Amino acid sequence: MSSAQATKNCITLKGSAQIIVEYLKYGIHSILFQRGIYPAENFDSTQQYGLTILMSKDPKIETFLKNVLSQTEEWLSKNMINKISMVITNAHSKEVLECWDFKMQAEMGDNQSADPTQRTSSKDQTRIQNEIRDVMRQISATVSYLPLLDCICTFDVMIHTLENTELPAKWDETGAIVIQNAQAVQLRSFSTGLHKVETVVNYKMST
Amino acid sequence: MSQFNFVSDLQNALIMDGETRGPAPRWKKKLEASLNGSVNTTRSVLSVSYNTSFSGVQAPTKTPGKSSEGKTKKPNTTPTKTPGGGDRFIPNRAATNFELAHFLVNKDSGDKSDEENDKATTSNSNSNESNVQASAHKGERQKLISEVAQVPGDSHGGRILCYQNKAPAAPESHTNPLKVVYSIKTPISTKSGSRYIPTTSERILDAPDFINDYYLNLMDWSGDNIVAVALGSCVYLWNAASGNIEQLTEFEEGDYAGSLSWIQEGQILAIGNSTGAVELWDCSKVKRLRVMDGHSARVGSLAWNSFLVSSGSRDGTIIHHDVRSREHKISSLAGHTQEVCGLKWSTDFKYLASGGNDNLVNVWSLASSGVGTASEALHKFNEHQAAVRALAWCPWQPSTLASGGGTADRCIKFWNVNNGSLIKSVDSKSQVCSLLFSRHYKELISAHGFANNQLTIWKYPTMVKQADLTGHTSRVLQMAMSPDGSTVISAGADETLRLWNCFAPDPLAAKKSASVNSKAKQSVFRQSIR
Repeated sequence: MSSAQATKNCITLKGSAQIIVEYLKYGIHSILFQRGIYPAENFDSTQQYGLTILMSKDPKIETFLKNVLSQTEEWLSKNMINKISMVITNAHSKEVLECWDFKMQAEMGDNQSADPTQRTSSKDQTRIQNEIRDVMRQISATVSYLPLLDCICTFDVMIHTLENTELPAKWDETGAIVIQNAQAVQLRSFSTGLHKVETVVNYKMST
Repeated sequence: MSQFNFVSDLQNALIMDGETRGPAPRWKKKLEASLNGSVNTTRSVLSVSYNTSFSGVQAPTKTPGKSSEGKTKKPNTTPTKTPGGGDRFIPNRAATNFELAHFLVNKDSGDKSDEENDKATTSNSNSNESNVQASAHKGERQKLISEVAQVPGDSHGGRILCYQNKAPAAPESHTNPLKVVYSIKTPISTKSGSRYIPTTSERILDAPDFINDYYLNLMDWSGDNIVAVALGSCVYLWNAASGNIEQLTEFEEGDYAGSLSWIQEGQILAIGNSTGAVELWDCSKVKRLRVMDGHSARVGSLAWNSFLVSSGSRDGTIIHHDVRSREHKISSLAGHTQEVCGLKWSTDFKYLASGGNDNLVNVWSLASSGVGTASEALHKFNEHQAAVRALAWCPWQPSTLASGGGTADRCIKFWNVNNGSLIKSVDSKSQVCSLLFSRHYKELISAHGFANNQLTIWKYPTMVKQADLTGHTSRVLQMAMSPDGSTVISAGADETLRLWNCFAPDPLAAKKSASVNSKAKQSVFRQSIR
């Protein structure tokens, strides 16, 4: 990054990855709370994006998300991720009940550079935060139509990467998940100027 | 008698094409209309099997502000009025890859589907027959389609990775707290209060075409004992003393009243309409006095403060109108990013509380000049997890504000606006549509939606449930209190208005206080003798 650019308020690919990973962190915690997957007493409220967001304080969940998201950030800053799925499954039958897709799309930024690491975006930070806030609000509003998860549930995060991605230690390759009789609802999207993130919830229609 | 009812019900069910007795109820007509609409769309064999239940929903292209790719051209007839886009959730098929799915379905089922296609084409003239066949194969087809439709478009190439150490499952003892939202059988545990509260409605009024919209405020009760209510595009006045009904106005096709509010004293009614204007009506003369514009979207909430009427709109702004002056617009407050659906001046008229679809409750203090409010909110409360429509100020503690959240929140929260702190939060287990404080008792009444559609009376500040008033068959949207404070009127989405005589002053208590006074006098008299 040149010094001339640094004086402007600009976002690099790394910064964009950071913003998205932060969104994923708050988004996933919020989903865990709003969908009632874990007991409500294991959540603490924090202030973010001008909202009150409930974060799980279960140490196992925290470390799991920390590990997953740090790897995600690394891949995101290399534009190697197509999609991140948060999958909610029945803990006993292993049936997939719900899947939150966060689709990543690389954008050219301002200078349209062919080298992704040189791209920057001058999108206003508060505007990005407001866009994220709107999505977060929609996430908490989804309880009004999503079916009840009336069983002991667990969740997993699957990262859809490019073919040439190397498998890091402690990571596995897995297959695509299928929800029987699914319905999809697309929420709002936001963009950092370098990444566009679309949030879609797929859920099993109750018969 | 019940068995006869059952038999007649059975007969009605058996005679499908028989004449119905009397005109069909409104809900039935609506249902039929929507069914007829969807029947046409379910002609093609493929679409029969997949999510036909949503065919009643309008095509997503008509949704204002919904951003879906490939639909850059929007019809001019549905301009985006909500800032930041629409907020309706409409299932779409953007995530499913139908072209690939179609190919895979045909490939996988091989000769079977060929055969089926043949049958379908031969019997095309007879649509009944093909429908029967379609339903025979419906089960397996549906399964295939649902499996195949989710094949991601970018499945060629790319890996799906996940971390080895999985997150733990929820503890076995855990039950989903959201269950209360979905289950009909929520236990109604009410502590028997110290007084008798009639739990059935005193009177039921029919309110056809009452708009079932959480964001509108369509009823108010004046100090002159007149209830104004908006039904469809009309505004009616119901005189609670005489029972007379009068039509105040009818809006033109497509327009409607979004909010109604009576001035504190007198016959002036403010109507916020769907075009964004606030109209003032003199109801004694049935005459429109003036129209005050200023909003770019519909006005869903209104609140009076003597000569000042504050209006909250879908465009997220609140405007203070001075109804006396020619330049009516005093100030505009931009504290919300989405529709303002709750607006109340405090009982001492020093604060204005506003609630919006952005889950915020803002409190504005009266400007030092005494006209309008300061342009910056005094407090911003963001603890609610859903839209805030229900707001009420405590009559005996002027700095206490009660607010209730929508379906995702279900909490009634109490705020001290002097220091901006949360006093108390109670989970009501159902969406909160309206809140009112009683003037005679230290009590509070809240109106709810699913599952019981009840009104709940709470003791304040202990928040012990006193009574559940049930009767509405759909969510209760609005409540208003009679001028004497004894009766509450509730408007439900079941298109009825119900009157509840739940805060009638206790005659015994009144007598007792009178006797206490006389006793006190007596003792003074005795003291003077000594």
